[in-house]
Amino acid sequence: MSAAAHTDSFLERAPLLARDFITGRLPEPARWTANTLITIALLLAAFGLLFAFLTLAERKILGRVQNRPGPNRTGWFGLLQPFADGVKMLTKEDLVPRASDQVLHYLAPVALLSLSIITFAVIPYGRHMVPVDLDAGVLYFFAAGSATELSIFMAGWASHNKYALLAAMRALAQLISYELPLLLSVVPVVLAAGTLSTSGIVDAQHGWAWGVVPRWNVFTPWGAAGFAIFFVSSLAESNRSPFDLPEAESELIAGHLTEYSGFKYALFFMAEYFGMCALSGMGVTLFLGGWRSPLAALEFIPSYGWFTLKLLALLGCFIWIRATLPRLRIDQLTRLAWKFLVPLALVNLGMAAFWALSAGWAGPLQLARWAVALAIVAVPFLLLGRRLSRGVAPRTYRYA
Amino acid sequence: MSPLQLCLAFSSVLFAVGLAGALARSNAILVLLGLELMLNAANLNFIAFWRYGPASTPATGVVFVLFSIAVAAAEAAVGLALVIALYRRQKNIRLPEATHLKG
Amino acid sequence: MNAVLAVIALVTVASAAVALSRRNLLHSILILAGSWAGVAVFYFWAGSQFLAFAQVLVYLGAISMAALFAVLLTRHSRDDVAGASSHQRAVYAILTGIAVAAVLLAAVARTPLTVRPSAPPPLSVRELGYTLMGSHAAALLVVGVLLTVALIGAVVLAAGDPPDPKEGEP
Repeated sequence: MSAAAHTDSFLERAPLLARDFITGRLPEPARWTANTLITIALLLAAFGLLFAFLTLAERKILGRVQNRPGPNRTGWFGLLQPFADGVKMLTKEDLVPRASDQVLHYLAPVALLSLSIITFAVIPYGRHMVPVDLDAGVLYFFAAGSATELSIFMAGWASHNKYALLAAMRALAQLISYELPLLLSVVPVVLAAGTLSTSGIVDAQHGWAWGVVPRWNVFTPWGAAGFAIFFVSSLAESNRSPFDLPEAESELIAGHLTEYSGFKYALFFMAEYFGMCALSGMGVTLFLGGWRSPLAALEFIPSYGWFTLKLLALLGCFIWIRATLPRLRIDQLTRLAWKFLVPLALVNLGMAAFWALSAGWAGPLQLARWAVALAIVAVPFLLLGRRLSRGVAPRTYRYA
Repeated sequence: MSPLQLCLAFSSVLFAVGLAGALARSNAILVLLGLELMLNAANLNFIAFWRYGPASTPATGVVFVLFSIAVAAAEAAVGLALVIALYRRQKNIRLPEATHLKG
Repeated sequence: MNAVLAVIALVTVASAAVALSRRNLLHSILILAGSWAGVAVFYFWAGSQFLAFAQVLVYLGAISMAALFAVLLTRHSRDDVAGASSHQRAVYAILTGIAVAAVLLAAVARTPLTVRPSAPPPLSVRELGYTLMGSHAAALLVVGVLLTVALIGAVVLAAGDPPDPKEGEP
């Protein structure tokens, strides 16, 4: 976190002022350490609470979509439900199969959770609030995310259960298939911003086009397509519906987590939600303008407030999609990744290159630029969609 | 010992460990992993000189290592596919038994 | 400075040595992943963040996965144990390793090397990008083609031949 500019409003500077008030009097090396520790503690507390209330929000929203109230008995409107769940998880018996690989069985949730948490370090939460401003921040995020796959394998293997192993291999196939469209959809963002640093990418999305539309990446043709691909891939990367075959209770008990109970299961659960929050945070940073306000008149809301609003909106979309869409089979979802999303992401990259090269076109040529760009991605989308669903009967909807 | 010499010693020892591992084991996958270790040791060498040695252009060492990592990944992929093909033929992956083309 | 380097070196070499000597193949790969992570930490310590993250992404995220899948697909009757290798060969291999290490270390110790002091060379990702796409563009394209060819080749090798059509069918 760097020093705030004095032109920012008081609300904007308030967190940094509070932090400097606490640690201002320490000598230099201790001060940096204290600042970092405060940041880490705040992040863990904030995302821990977000995780808790996200589980409650998910159950309530899913309930209401399914025409039932969701948890409402523990506390007012079920607000104490997450804490009740926490107590349940902590007091459950921790069963470890005797034939399992004890070290790996213990290490898998720890490795998964720690790798999920360190991805929070490069997300800019506010105007001067990036915990670590790395020059290659985006690459760090995805590197840490891809290293979590090893722990899923460890979980499946260490359980010494052939069904858990098969489920782990399936989960890994899903994760590595969707890593490719995830990374490919981020490359146009880096191309447009000219930097891999997350705060640099948010800085590049400043200003308003035609006075009204903010210059966020999602309001460009390549950004809209890229955001769609990123969103679908992040649903799959965090094992959320409709890609939640690895942990579908109605299909295979708990897949690679079958032999985990009690606190270790809670750690896996927490790691999944943290991954979801981190990917949403990264999506907000890359495509939705990060902490920027959409209207100049609304800039009195501080930057971290806007980031939180956008993050909650994306997480709400995750929950909404879980409530609405049916699950995909493993062959359907790998086919979606390799045959549909990867070619579209590559075409999107070409379109972003065209967009960057035609930045100088002015006047009526702007219309031509938009038309060509949208055609470059829409035509392959339609053609691929039709080609891939050939042989499948047309949908008929029958309402009950 | 200067830091550069320490880095080079580190990479030499890692190379020797990879070499010994690749020569000693008879399992094809472990031989491949020994090879990967040797490639990594060579990359360490490049970065040691990039860090401490005189450089004409600042990026040369890093670019070399990037390409080396890419080639190592391609080689690992093809090597592991070969292991699977070998398994299909002889139902295990012990290299001393892969002597069908001998003599 | 040297202390950090010594710790990194010790962890990496120790995990590599342990990994290559274990009988359980999966443990081998997982411990070797630790060794690759040690190499990534070395790159980070030497000042090249991009390379450190690329190493983690490629080795820990991809190559270890490929190796684990290959192990699981080539298990014969549930013995993922690496099998009894001959002790004689192991001894000769270790002697060879020690000899090579001795030659290399002697070369390192005896060569007068000029060391540039102070900070690592300032290399931003942007400069790296310009270098890759500028003076090394041809090599980048060739590596791209190489990776595509390796992908297709690996798929063809691992997929094998399609099964023969059954005889007796009209």
